[in-house]
Amino acid sequence: MKKEPRLMQGNEACVEGAIAAGMRFYAGYPITPSTEIAELSAEKLPYVGGRFIQMEDEIAGMAATIGAALTGVKCMTATSGPGFSLKQENIGYAAIAEIPCVIVDVQRGGPSTGQPTCPSQGDVMQAKWGTHGDHPVIALTPSSVKETFDLTVRCFNLAEKYRMPVILLLDEVIGHMREKVQLPEASEIEIIDRKRPACSSEEYLPFKPEEDLVPPMADFGTGYRYHVTGLVHDETGFPSNSTKVADKLIRRLVDKIEMHKDDIIQWEEENTEDAEIIILSYGCVARAARTAMKALREKGVKVGLFRPITIWPFPEERVLELAGKVKSIIVAEMNLGQLVLEVERLCNNITKIDRVNKVSGEIIYPEEIAAKVEEVL
Amino acid sequence: MPSTLVEKYFRTEKLPQIWCPGCGHGIITRSIASAIDQSGLDKDKVCIVSGIGCSSRAPGYMDFNTLHTTHGRALAFATGIKLANPEIKVIVITGDGDATAIGGNHLIHACRRNIGITTIVYNNNIYGMTGGQYSPTTPKGDKGTTAPFGNIDKSFDICSLASAAGATYTARATAYHANLLTTLVKNALANDGFSLVEAVSACPTYYGRKNKKGNAVEMMEWQKNNAVNVAAASKMTQEQLEGKFLIGEFKNKPEPEYTSEYQKIIDKLAKGR
Amino acid sequence: MEIKDVRAGEVSYEKLIINPSWCKGCGICVAFCPKKVLSIENEKIVVNDIEKCIQCGMCELRCPDFAIYVGGKNNEKRA
Repeated sequence: MKKEPRLMQGNEACVEGAIAAGMRFYAGYPITPSTEIAELSAEKLPYVGGRFIQMEDEIAGMAATIGAALTGVKCMTATSGPGFSLKQENIGYAAIAEIPCVIVDVQRGGPSTGQPTCPSQGDVMQAKWGTHGDHPVIALTPSSVKETFDLTVRCFNLAEKYRMPVILLLDEVIGHMREKVQLPEASEIEIIDRKRPACSSEEYLPFKPEEDLVPPMADFGTGYRYHVTGLVHDETGFPSNSTKVADKLIRRLVDKIEMHKDDIIQWEEENTEDAEIIILSYGCVARAARTAMKALREKGVKVGLFRPITIWPFPEERVLELAGKVKSIIVAEMNLGQLVLEVERLCNNITKIDRVNKVSGEIIYPEEIAAKVEEVL
Repeated sequence: MPSTLVEKYFRTEKLPQIWCPGCGHGIITRSIASAIDQSGLDKDKVCIVSGIGCSSRAPGYMDFNTLHTTHGRALAFATGIKLANPEIKVIVITGDGDATAIGGNHLIHACRRNIGITTIVYNNNIYGMTGGQYSPTTPKGDKGTTAPFGNIDKSFDICSLASAAGATYTARATAYHANLLTTLVKNALANDGFSLVEAVSACPTYYGRKNKKGNAVEMMEWQKNNAVNVAAASKMTQEQLEGKFLIGEFKNKPEPEYTSEYQKIIDKLAKGR
Repeated sequence: MEIKDVRAGEVSYEKLIINPSWCKGCGICVAFCPKKVLSIENEKIVVNDIEKCIQCGMCELRCPDFAIYVGGKNNEKRA
């Protein structure tokens, strides 16, 4: 029997997606506009034998998530702006210790307490560079409630497949907006579980990568007694002061993602074949951009839309290809210019790059994007 | 071959530990291994979690599931492990700075929840790893590199703090009183809820030298001469107790453990369907 | 007095075994040995008079570096 379509919020779709993907542990701290994710996880998890805990702070929420992941459970935490800042140190821990987990950031106006109930896309660069040191990052960003479900599942799958923290970047609009959603049947959902060691505990090297650069991960409590540290470590997991070991480890962590870019990167494009101008936007702004594009197309303006779904790693090859064909790329985002820096880095000498930015706490309207397109024409 | 105890519970190829000569931490770590042995725990089902600092290097030498986390956060990581898999016996090794300064919030909340974690605080009254700065347990008036004119902060009594916050087992021993320490850790492990054992260590390199406390042996002698068992203390006058500190068991009042309480919710919901 | 190399660096007196390679020379075992069996030479533990050793285990209990322990049945008992 097909599931009935339901009216639900983005934050709700996130929890539905997480449980469908196999989440059985959630640790977090209440913060607007992500709180519904914690509330619904608290309500739903015990029904499936999972566990929820409201920790004493954001830092602890991230830490408990990592701890639980080491026992073999699929875990998630969710937060917003200030909480995302607080979680950064332990996100770095998850990166170096290669702990699969999902972090949801429902972006709100910043810096600091900023605008707690207003949408923003101000955490795009924080998602990439928020923790110190070089490290791999995967961040996905949906622009509808249904896509929030799908991408939450995908975040879990990528976290498990590549043994790393994966970030879901929502914004307040997507998190709180309600849409009619037809959830897929369990049989229609692809689920990926982490690789576990096939060898005996005596032979197990917890940080020895296989050909895909991902080391199999043993669950704590199953007889593979190994050491995990946030210090630079060798394949045995024990700390090392060797410069060679440090270089090899950090490069492998980053290469782990470089090697699988094609598997990780997703985007959506509309009307790009004949476009003279491309609007590049993501999250809730992509919805306004689509409306602007449709209105302009009706007037005969050759405008297309490029929407990164994987925001990190950035879909640079495709953006470069498109840049060679258009007069301008207009990057519309709810910040003072973050993802546009990536577009400028790639395409500065290839095409003209324009911006539509807003940090008032109000969404970007289709008319504002359309006006910029007409100005650039 | 090292001793049977060391051979059985330590990653002997990693020894000797990085600690300075005469550091009390090695004695405490051995006592913990001894308590685990006497408790008959399965090594595969024990997870030892630590934060950052001198004490937090201990798990790396111990042959269990071991997790060396970020500064102050050991209890938060440990909470995730315990709740996700309550069958794992979770032990946290932390220091005075790690547990009561940067990790102070996690400490009081782990106590409050009465979650089944056994915490051993290696208290050496100083930040050793960073070179001798004063900590929340540096006695008032004592010196650290960041208290060159004497520390004006009042210090924490870790056991009283934990007891007040809701820990159901609290106790203290010293590196000198290593056999007592083993007994107390064993009792702590037997408590289903949250237990805290403060292990008074000695840092001859920084705390001792900064405060003219003498060498490792003299610092151990000080522990021997100034610790008073809580049972004996009840029969002593205030004057007799002046300058002394208490060791022994302060609180042993079992209460329902957190993960068991959570399991009740899961079981209840499963029955309701 | 019989001395034999057990493993690299270890010296066994049967009832007492020392591992100078792990010893950091802190002197704690020397100070708390009730029979004054031990001393430190060149920053390492040495046994002066093994005949006096009563295998009380105070040295083993308080050695921060596991560099000394009692041998034989008492070793097994302590594990």
